[in-house]
Amino acid sequence: MLDPTVHAALAAILPPSALLTTQEETKPYECDGLTLYREVPGAVLLPDNEGQVVAILRRCHELSVPVVARGAGTSLPGGTLPVAAGVVLSLAKFKRILSIDRDARTAIVQPGVRNLAITEAVAPYGLYYAPDPSSQIACSIGGNVAENAGGVHCLKYGLTVHNIRRVRGVLISGDVVEFGSDALDSPGYDLLALITGSEGLLAVITEITVKLLPKPQLAKVALAAFASVEQAGSAVGAIIAAGIVPAGLEMMDQQATRAAEAFVHAGYPLDAAAMLLIETDGTPEEVAGEMEEIKRVLAAERATEIRISSDEAERALYWSGRKAAFPAVGRIAPDYYCIDGTIPRAALAHVLRQIATWSTEYGLACANVFHAGDGNLHPLILFDANKPGDKERTIAFGDQILALCIEVGGTITGEHGVGVEKLGGMCAQFAPAELERFRSIKTAFDQQGLLNPGKAVPTLARCAEFGRMHVHHGNLRHPDLPRF
Amino acid sequence: MADQALAALQDRIRAAAAAMQPLVICGGGTKTFYGEACVGERVETTTVAGIVAYAPNELVITARGGTLLAEIELAMAEHQQYLAFEPPRFAAGGTLGGAIATGLSGPRRPYAGAARDFVLGLRIVDGTGEALTFGGRVMKNVAGFDVSRLQTGALGTLGVITEVSLKCLPQSKAEATVVQACAVDESIRRVNVWGGKPLPLSATCYWNGRLWVRLSGAESAVSAAMQSIGGDRIEHAQEFWESVRDHAHPFFVAAQREDKALWRLSVKSTAPHADLEGEQLIEWGGALRWLVTAKDADRAPIRVWAKSSGGHATLFRGGNRSGVFTPLDATIATLHKRLKATFDPHGIVNRGRLYADF
Repeated sequence: MLDPTVHAALAAILPPSALLTTQEETKPYECDGLTLYREVPGAVLLPDNEGQVVAILRRCHELSVPVVARGAGTSLPGGTLPVAAGVVLSLAKFKRILSIDRDARTAIVQPGVRNLAITEAVAPYGLYYAPDPSSQIACSIGGNVAENAGGVHCLKYGLTVHNIRRVRGVLISGDVVEFGSDALDSPGYDLLALITGSEGLLAVITEITVKLLPKPQLAKVALAAFASVEQAGSAVGAIIAAGIVPAGLEMMDQQATRAAEAFVHAGYPLDAAAMLLIETDGTPEEVAGEMEEIKRVLAAERATEIRISSDEAERALYWSGRKAAFPAVGRIAPDYYCIDGTIPRAALAHVLRQIATWSTEYGLACANVFHAGDGNLHPLILFDANKPGDKERTIAFGDQILALCIEVGGTITGEHGVGVEKLGGMCAQFAPAELERFRSIKTAFDQQGLLNPGKAVPTLARCAEFGRMHVHHGNLRHPDLPRF
Repeated sequence: MADQALAALQDRIRAAAAAMQPLVICGGGTKTFYGEACVGERVETTTVAGIVAYAPNELVITARGGTLLAEIELAMAEHQQYLAFEPPRFAAGGTLGGAIATGLSGPRRPYAGAARDFVLGLRIVDGTGEALTFGGRVMKNVAGFDVSRLQTGALGTLGVITEVSLKCLPQSKAEATVVQACAVDESIRRVNVWGGKPLPLSATCYWNGRLWVRLSGAESAVSAAMQSIGGDRIEHAQEFWESVRDHAHPFFVAAQREDKALWRLSVKSTAPHADLEGEQLIEWGGALRWLVTAKDADRAPIRVWAKSSGGHATLFRGGNRSGVFTPLDATIATLHKRLKATFDPHGIVNRGRLYADF
């Protein structure tokens, strides 16, 4: 329930249709892509111009009202979980592509524009926007910037931070700021990098200049099957060692392959322990040359089957199963929980073996999809939220996987962000002094801590509580308790 | 050895913080001309040196801040890998820490990325003497704010960089450089048109009526691109691009004369040729314009042009070393000061090197 003073202040800025306050109106915003956590916000605001955003933030700042900015609501770690006493600031109406500069290969877009809509709009110029998170048909570019989203082509083309030039936003004080520019660098500190992946804690984004790339003339994908996960992992290393940086390099284990095949009928090899998708792009000659090299490496690494896409339709078919891996897994279990750790690739076999052991111990199936090129692992734990204890065990299982990612030299989140879900993990990954610097950076932008409170950076108290749980060599003392 | 050196560095900074003694961070001393003049006791960082880990199959190298760039490149070359942002070497002895602290990138920048794009993680000793780690040794990592990139190009004002993990790339299988005569406006148009096509561009340079273009990639792609863009292939291409990168090219040598100043204008790639007093050399597909002026040339028209062209101007070398970077607007400047206070509350490390007031 919104405080009447706050309601009056917001009603003076927004028309009634852009200020949602009833339970029926605000309930749909109670969660995002992570349904394990829910909170109905005091109000949902739907501004349609930057002036309104400035006025909203200024008033919320004066009245100390928490503000959670939200795009398409596809966040997987609960990055846009509302605050009961605060407001959700939806950027859904900011969905215009403001300009496309064909010669400079940039586009200025509003934050609510869908990721894929950018590529569709610039396709007539032979250009595209490279980062392609699997949710790209739905997720919006503002959220991509806030989370530094990745995708299946990051190894060659980079993350969001590598593919944007400028972000315009509004601080909680109501001050409009620009980070980056039309040039390739800016004077002073790299605030464009700092704002990217800041999970809505530093500013509300109102405009983004994205970098566009020329669409490669041709792309082909190789599908390779392996008798063991170790062999598939070794093949990935061998491809890199051969001096090839594929446009995409993905791995799926048997569980994920079978789920995807049942869903999209891509013709995946069902008896393989693991399969790889390796994409190469460039001129026809380049693609032909690189594909020969890839085939040679795969054969030497004892792939049991190698198929090369013969045309664009077949390439799309091979990718369809990978891109739909999450919903495909969703069909074989009532619920699934997606983990997002990154590990050095050399540790892959060890990590997957450990996950398999825990899967048996917890009695919870786990399918693994892996951005193998850049070490980003997505175990999907299958569970049934209606079964007593399943949810708690699922979270504990996920926590153990993330603790293992840290132990082998990786990180608790490769591309989804920390949100509310991995606050405990932050306490494990960073030392107190480092977390203190994060809190200080937050304060530099937002002294009262009003923008997206309770996300991304854990409080001292939170870490103290986490510390009492005795994490030791990745083994938690009470694995049955829900943690990060 | 390196651990002891790191501990000694921490002690030194802690003592300086307690005494409010300003410190000037000094690595190989090859880029002291860059940035604002700043004063303080010298802190040598070359003692914290050495490659910590290099996994060619992971495409990651980790080395301490004082490690020579030359040593890192040698290690990588053994595995046919390299630093694709082509950090400039203005003299022998440049260190990794210095390359990341200045954040400068060479000719390949518009096509491969800048120094900040290759930084995966780093360790610093901040202005309180605390040793801190941010980012990691993996390609993708979004845990916590991106302090690694914040430190890149901060000119040591947020602490001493003691270790860096970088993404490595395999060397191109083939490389060729062509040169063609053309007018300056036409050269800007051409490089932008080519930039929108799937061509294996890896560098451009326009100077004195001629446009050099480097192509890198598969043999077939490079030869096809040579056909498509035209021009004469040059010999000794590597030396040419190194001379541009390291400012050993005649244009840059002339710029280092006592009575000259060198400006770096980073602008939108399609900005028309600048009608400014002085000689120019254009890199980065049009996005980087170097300008040689008289030592005391009026700064205002240069700054105005850069701003109206979507970017900023830096007095890179020579001239009066005060106010060399484009002034920040008030809100952004406030954020800078607060970030400085986060990592250096006593204001002692490289104070004033970036902007005089912090």
